[in-house]
Amino acid sequence: MSNRRDFMGMALGGFTALGGIGALYAMKRTWDPLPSVKAAGFTTIDLKDAQENVLVTEKWRGKPIFILKQSKEMVEKAKKSDELKRLIKIGDEYYMVAVGLCTHLGCIPGYDSGKQSFLCACHGGQYDSTAMVTKAPPPRGLDIPPFRIDGTKIVLGEEGPEYKKMLADGITMKV
Amino acid sequence: MAHFEKANSINEWLDQRIGINTIKRVMQTEYWIPKNINFLWAMGMVLAATFGLLLVSGIFLLMYYQPNTELAFDSVNYTIMTEVGYGWLWRHIHGVGASVVFLVIYIHMFTGIYYGSYKRGRELIWISGMLLFVLFSAEAFSGYMLPWGQMSYWAGMVITNLFSGGSLHADGLVEWIRGDYVPGQAFLGRFFMLHVLLMPLAIIGAIVFHFGTLRIPHVNNQDGEEIDFEESARLWKEGKRAESKVIPFSPVFLSKDVFVMGVYFILFFYLVFYHFEFAMDPVNFDPADGLKTPTHIYPEWYFLWSYEILRPFPTDPGLVAFGIAQVIFFLLPFLDRSPNVAPASRRGLFNFWFWALLIDMIVLTFMGKLPPEGIWSTIGLVAAITFFVLWIALPIITKLEKKL
Repeated sequence: MSNRRDFMGMALGGFTALGGIGALYAMKRTWDPLPSVKAAGFTTIDLKDAQENVLVTEKWRGKPIFILKQSKEMVEKAKKSDELKRLIKIGDEYYMVAVGLCTHLGCIPGYDSGKQSFLCACHGGQYDSTAMVTKAPPPRGLDIPPFRIDGTKIVLGEEGPEYKKMLADGITMKV
Repeated sequence: MAHFEKANSINEWLDQRIGINTIKRVMQTEYWIPKNINFLWAMGMVLAATFGLLLVSGIFLLMYYQPNTELAFDSVNYTIMTEVGYGWLWRHIHGVGASVVFLVIYIHMFTGIYYGSYKRGRELIWISGMLLFVLFSAEAFSGYMLPWGQMSYWAGMVITNLFSGGSLHADGLVEWIRGDYVPGQAFLGRFFMLHVLLMPLAIIGAIVFHFGTLRIPHVNNQDGEEIDFEESARLWKEGKRAESKVIPFSPVFLSKDVFVMGVYFILFFYLVFYHFEFAMDPVNFDPADGLKTPTHIYPEWYFLWSYEILRPFPTDPGLVAFGIAQVIFFLLPFLDRSPNVAPASRRGLFNFWFWALLIDMIVLTFMGKLPPEGIWSTIGLVAAITFFVLWIALPIITKLEKKL
């Protein structure tokens, strides 16, 4: 009698647990980003038309993306301060591509093309033309989004070899 | 088939079927409340009534609100506010109610702390009350997302970002919570569901539990006196009401409650009709824009103290401090090592502790609103550290406390 009850109890408990786990998995999956949201997570930008020292703002995954084609003078400056590694080289041109959110508290910095630097109005953080931080409080330069170079275009959201190298060298962190 | 006699009244008919007289006796006429209390003991029913107002106003708002990122802002600010007859009334009751309910919760909490109403059998009252505080916080936050203004969007961004755990960079978890890389349709949809169904259900359940935890230990009194409820109840029922130390919950105590509620509702509706703007942040009257951050992002006033505990520290210690601040109040019955149930004024160092905590949290609240610059940062940091020093000191000073 007791064995039979134990068996019934265990069978009920087992199936209930199984159903519970199944239900939890279904609930977790329902909260996952939708395939359409995931698919919209890639943005292709043609850098061909970008002009030197003119900031272009694009949108990727709902976040602003800064694109700044570097002038000769800016490249020289970047070479001197060893920040060339932050730039993306396509052909003979260098481009700064970064997520336009201050690494301090996520405000959007503004670009001053005269001073060739970014200023975040929230707490006074500053970045140079390679988006490296030059004045605290931001803890690091602007983050570089995952990218893959495709001719004169870059595909944001895909991880190309150039991006993987940047990650490995600790130039940016994953966003 | 059970045996039923013909009933002579509706009451008798109900009593035969669901034992309504027993329910009335257990929950009202023989649920005893001490006489030795003051108006602060009415805060529980004030909260219940405010929750009722939030529920009713919410039901009417729900009929016109559109949980869609394209339509939400206009459905609140245009449809409900200008087109729907008396739509403004429900919105202002809902907005003012959401703000005021936290003021009363804090008064209710600090009354409990002052009179020691969280120990010697009353631990579960305190813990279920803290659970309600957490649920109300989640309810307030999810509701704040719904008008889909700039503050909704950016508060949603910043608060969900907390789940990345600082240096852990658990961005996958954050994206899972949002259902998107940034707050969007999936985010609005799920917070709408949480706000109008899951959280209210949980709150109602927790309120029932909170009331249940009161029934056996009974409410505390102004002197923390241990009352022989059976003896006092006997005196009351024998008609020796002057000698009895208790009164029945209903109708006697409830009539006192209703008086306090009357005064409270005069103030409440004064705010609803003439000063609703304090509960409406002007920044949230700009539609959500993911490409434009407001200059200062700050939460509603009732979250400011814990926000200020997060802010003055570097990211990781800040998150740990914030996490601890959210749960530390749950532990109050166990961190207070003194057996005394008495008002703080009779408990020596604990009196100092109580007022220091209250003042510290008010300071944190003010600093949380001010921009984190110069002297304000410093005061904020000192107040945040003081908060933790006080909680570390609590077991020590209560251990040293003399038994009354």
